[in-house]
Amino acid sequence: MAEAAMEAEAIRAQGTLTLAWRRFRRHRLAVASTLTLIVLAALALAAAPIEAALGLDGQTVDLFARFQPPSTAHPLGTDELGRDFLVRLLYGGRVSLFVGLTAALASAVLGTAIGLIAGYRGGWLDSLLMRLTDSVIALPLLPLLIVLAALDLSKIGVPAEIAQSEDISLYRIVAIVGLAGWTTVARLVRGAALSLRERDYVLAATGAGAGAGRIMLVHILPNLISPIVVATTLSVGNVILLESVLSFLGLGIQPPIPSWGNLLTNAQELIWEAPALAFYPGTLIFVTVIAFNFLGDGLQDALDPKAMEG
Amino acid sequence: MTGYLTGRALQSAIVLLVMSFVIYALIGLMPGDPIDLMINSNPKMTSEDAARLRALYGIDRPILERYGHWLAAAFGGDFGFSRIHARPVMDILLPALGNTTLLLGVSFALSLAFGLWLGVLAAVRPYSRTDYAVNLLAFAGISVPPFWLALLLIIVFAVMLGLLPAGGVPMTSDAGLWESLRYAVLPVANLTIASIGGHTRFVRAAMIETLRQDFIRTARAKGIGERRVVYKHALRHALVPVTTIVALNFGALFSGALITETIFAYPGMGKLIFDAIMGSDFNLALVSLLFATLFTLAGNLLADLAYAALDPRIRYG
Repeated sequence: MAEAAMEAEAIRAQGTLTLAWRRFRRHRLAVASTLTLIVLAALALAAAPIEAALGLDGQTVDLFARFQPPSTAHPLGTDELGRDFLVRLLYGGRVSLFVGLTAALASAVLGTAIGLIAGYRGGWLDSLLMRLTDSVIALPLLPLLIVLAALDLSKIGVPAEIAQSEDISLYRIVAIVGLAGWTTVARLVRGAALSLRERDYVLAATGAGAGAGRIMLVHILPNLISPIVVATTLSVGNVILLESVLSFLGLGIQPPIPSWGNLLTNAQELIWEAPALAFYPGTLIFVTVIAFNFLGDGLQDALDPKAMEG
Repeated sequence: MTGYLTGRALQSAIVLLVMSFVIYALIGLMPGDPIDLMINSNPKMTSEDAARLRALYGIDRPILERYGHWLAAAFGGDFGFSRIHARPVMDILLPALGNTTLLLGVSFALSLAFGLWLGVLAAVRPYSRTDYAVNLLAFAGISVPPFWLALLLIIVFAVMLGLLPAGGVPMTSDAGLWESLRYAVLPVANLTIASIGGHTRFVRAAMIETLRQDFIRTARAKGIGERRVVYKHALRHALVPVTTIVALNFGALFSGALITETIFAYPGMGKLIFDAIMGSDFNLALVSLLFATLFTLAGNLLADLAYAALDPRIRYG
């Protein structure tokens, strides 16, 4: 009895974050996923030092050394142009993770803004925005994204030197994928904002003279952080999948910039000669995406115990 | 019911109309135009010729005017010609639409059946070993890149085992049913595996939610067998939210079809769209994108009907 009381006291003394951490720790797959993601991110960030330390070069083409099997010089062998595959994978991870995180953040911001405005304003604006959201969800997204990825940027007034620069495929893919992924967060935020705006404390804030912007950002948004974080984490996986599909089809990240998706572009033609080249990038995409999904699942259990099943 | 469905159909029609303009405008922003392609194939063409052709085909007109012309012709049933195939767009599109309907229909039915089975299996014993294993499988299913899964299937079944063709369709048109089936196995398997995970998770969540409700306790208290409680009472109730989510996923299913068809060279809508965009076949791309949109919107309407049929409380209008 006394023990239980002490435990209750101990729990009361802890902050919400500590409690969330306790619940998160119980989700063993989520913890393992977090560690995996940290390792992957560290490896990707350390691509240049690793390249230097191993004396490898991921850029130089050596046609005499195509499809080398793994060796001490090339731990994972070489690709169809004789470049070291390990280094290409590390740099590819940098790009894929960067696109995944930035595009997921961008779509979360966009979705939160649309959801807040729709839910708080209500009325015709709400109907219009939600019809828009439903319509976007109902569309066959990938074919439309392929069109967006194939657009001639100079036709919409982007200066030629930017439209033809090497990095443009990176920013373009972030914009395209961000444009596609906002719907989940928008619906989520809208639903919550709709109920929160009727709460007494919001009414009190309105009575005290707070403007709509202040109420949305200071009084409503903080209550929605948990579900937004969960949804965004889950969407990172989807974003990485989408980027890899577009890059695989030759419409996303353009070589010579490597990404896990475009490392697989030639894999289908080379499937008879070098099946191993198809194996590594796909495995890394798979591991990263599943890790983000487990992480999102764990965060959901930790941050939103009401939604916990069972 | 009829009133609600009319409203939904009207909304879909508006979305389709808006999308027709959006797609028309986007296609116009793709690199090059039809006259550029003519110039490429005819070095003798002068810039005056090109300008004259642009005026002749109306490509120099403002976009709204061009769109108006196109829309009027489309309503008259004239969808124009495909540049690559040099045939009316509809001649190419209709067989592809049939193939995609077949591929999507079979994969959808299979993945839903597996999803129901696995989802219920996991939900009747939450946090058991079975549940854990099903969950792991489901997460793997939603996390695997579909194009990579396709490559793996090809590596294993076509390259290593040599059991199944790596893609395409039978060479001769009089190939038997068995031969045609062999070509369909890998595409169907790929699309099915890619959607099982999602379906399983939806079913599991809905079933767990349902099994906690009072009417289930009542059913058990009345002495109804556990099988009947799960499959008759709970499953039907759980199917309502599942239908909604599955319907929302219809667009995603089509995206999966595009990847699968492109990799396995399956002659469906997805491959048609991809090839048309990559080959600057502007008109074919435009019309097939519109039909893909129509396809998913129709799928959503069908789901609305199923929704009404499943939930006795829903009596629209």
